[in-house]
Amino acid sequence: MSTLEIRDLQVSIDTEQGNKPILKGVDLTINKGEIHAVMGPNGSGKSTLAYTIAGHPRYKVDGGSIMLDGVEVLDMTVDERAKAGLFLAMQYPVEIPGVTVANFLRTAKTALDGEAPALRTWVKDLRQHMSDLKMDSSFAERNVNEGFSGGEKKRHEIMQLELLKPKFAILDETDSGLDVDALKIVSEGVNRAHAATDLGILMITHYTRILRYIKPDFVHVFVDGHVAEQGGPELADQLENEGYDRYVTAAAAAAAGA
Amino acid sequence: MSATPAPTEAPVIDAPAQHGAVAHSDGDWANRAIPVQTRSERFSSTDPAAFPAVTGREVDWKLSPVPALRPLIDGPLDGSPYAYLARETPGATVEWVSPQHELVGTAGTPEDRASANAWSSVENVLLVTVSGDEPSSITIGRSGLDAAPRAGHTVIHATPNSSGLVILQNSGDAQLVENVEIIVDEGAHLTVVTVQEWNDGGIHLASHLARIGRDAQLKHFVVTLGGSIVRVNPSAHLADQGADADLNGVYFADAGQHLEQQVYVNHDAPSTKSRVNYKGALQGEGARTVWIGDVLIGRTAPGTDSYEQNRNLVLSEGTRADSIPNLEIETGDILGAGHASATGRFDDEHLFYLESRGIPEEEARRIVVLGFLSEIVQHIGEPALEERLIAALEAELADGAQARAEANAAGAPGRKARAPYVDSQPGAAVAVGTDHVTSEPDVAAGVTGEGTSPGGTH
Ligand SMILES: Nc1ncnc2c1ncn2[C@@H]1O[C@H](COP(=O)(O)OP(=O)(O)OP(=O)(O)O)[C@@H](O)[C@H]1O
Ligand SMILES: [Mg+2]
Repeated sequence: MSTLEIRDLQVSIDTEQGNKPILKGVDLTINKGEIHAVMGPNGSGKSTLAYTIAGHPRYKVDGGSIMLDGVEVLDMTVDERAKAGLFLAMQYPVEIPGVTVANFLRTAKTALDGEAPALRTWVKDLRQHMSDLKMDSSFAERNVNEGFSGGEKKRHEIMQLELLKPKFAILDETDSGLDVDALKIVSEGVNRAHAATDLGILMITHYTRILRYIKPDFVHVFVDGHVAEQGGPELADQLENEGYDRYVTAAAAAAAGA
Repeated sequence: MSATPAPTEAPVIDAPAQHGAVAHSDGDWANRAIPVQTRSERFSSTDPAAFPAVTGREVDWKLSPVPALRPLIDGPLDGSPYAYLARETPGATVEWVSPQHELVGTAGTPEDRASANAWSSVENVLLVTVSGDEPSSITIGRSGLDAAPRAGHTVIHATPNSSGLVILQNSGDAQLVENVEIIVDEGAHLTVVTVQEWNDGGIHLASHLARIGRDAQLKHFVVTLGGSIVRVNPSAHLADQGADADLNGVYFADAGQHLEQQVYVNHDAPSTKSRVNYKGALQGEGARTVWIGDVLIGRTAPGTDSYEQNRNLVLSEGTRADSIPNLEIETGDILGAGHASATGRFDDEHLFYLESRGIPEEEARRIVVLGFLSEIVQHIGEPALEERLIAALEAELADGAQARAEANAAGAPGRKARAPYVDSQPGAAVAVGTDHVTSEPDVAAGVTGEGTSPGGTH
């Protein structure tokens, strides 16, 4: 069985004011087919965790490990991580001028599979995935994310998830900025991917709303660069009612005591 | 946060934000040999002796490698007819005519000494005529010039309501200074593409002087890939109501190449429109580009709609890109006037996005640069030429990739050393009126300038 295992992960970034530690020992294990929700206050380091798993060059790993089926992910380049089966749906997908969606996806698929997809089935597949996410087929000829609305960008991310078929997906606030219909469409896409390939999911979110559509097996509370508590789906409801106060105070007290 | 690189490392050029509302030119007044406040007042003549000797400090020469250009500026030039290869469809013709031909001089007059030197040296003028209602096309290939200094003069004439495409395809050796007059008569639609793929030693100075008539349109493309010094200065005179100039350029400067373009748009009649869009890439030690974009909206040009931009992508250390937009507005009654200029490195976020989908770094770079530059090529509207130029750009990139691979093998810093690129974002650092935008080694360069004038100000 496939496993993504994060152990004592410590990450910092270099800022103008010097080095700033952000992740302070993250422990998290995701097995194939499991859905994990991560919730936590703004600035607690959730996106940092997501980007570090994907290998963004901006983040400096100071310690710990990320093992995918026993192989160290931290030693891999960004594209190697994708080839190993990791996928990040980004909080803010970037626009890439002059590169069409169709060209981009075909290049990515070719890179991942090691061979170009057969033209006929490819065009059909692409159309199918686009229509599943209620994206007009004209998007294929538009430049990647250029001029897409916030919601369209998120749909495009999930379309890639379905098309590229990773083992593990990290969804960084994929639900933010979606209207009620889009939230449903995107959630269905995630659930399809989950069912089709027994995908393991790490879902970063601020709202319990999406958890009505995508049922987590585990919920983690992320505060001050580490996992402060974990539990089942009921933990999400508790957070919705009580907020993060309790954990933030505890983290501050621990920091003061240290 | 998003992982967008903070623009904090970019040297912010603090300049007075004199957006278009008043006439302004580049801000470096102190270094100007000839302060030309109004571009239309710049001296012009067909007689080289009427120009003062070129010192290299003049506003239109100070960014050019003048010593290497001396033979073309001051020297004797071979003005005899040369061999060319023409491929045309019905409706387009080409012939040698005398310099006394009635069309010669109707599009404009030289504004610098080199241009005047060429003008007065030629024995014959190559006249290209586009006529007929069906779109016609003609490609004129020049590959048989030699390295001796020579002058050229071409007149491209689109007759009233005609429509056509003229491609000037340059390759081989050259030490050439030339004038290209472009006359677009009433209601005509003309596309002119000049492609510079000279040999490594090629030196080429060109002034394109266009006069665009009533409700006529000129689409103009300067594509420069090869040559050691190539300076193409297109100027468009929007002379009659409803005239439209769409001026574009794409350039790729490798190690040691100097590629320059000074664009001038003169809005001189009511309801005229201009769009200027130049994009360049620089790669390799000593790669150098210059873009100057002067737009003048005269008192005679109410209802003008104008926008100009230049963007440069810096692919390696040791390059320098100057980018200078100038906007002068003499009338309060305009539809719009704006300009943008940005020079920066690779966007880490673009590369990361592509790589995170499994695309290897080298290929991701290729995709991003090609995407950046191909916008201009795809605007030409001639599929065969577009395809060929995209392939040529790919070849330029492949050379760079190979150089990078060799540098990496030699132990130079690789991927992690990639400096963040700062793209232009509306509202970012305003560098309007700055003298130049420069990227130099070890600077995480990214300087942007934007400005708009919604009109109605004076
Ligand atoms: N370039 C930077 N300079 C300074 N601080 C930074 C920089 N990038 C990230 N940080 C800081 O790192 C911390 C973690 O940011 P991160 O984006 O991981 O938080 P998050 O949990 O995803 O927040 P949100 O819920 O708002 O998305 C924040 O305090 C942020 O300000
Ligand atoms: Mg975040």
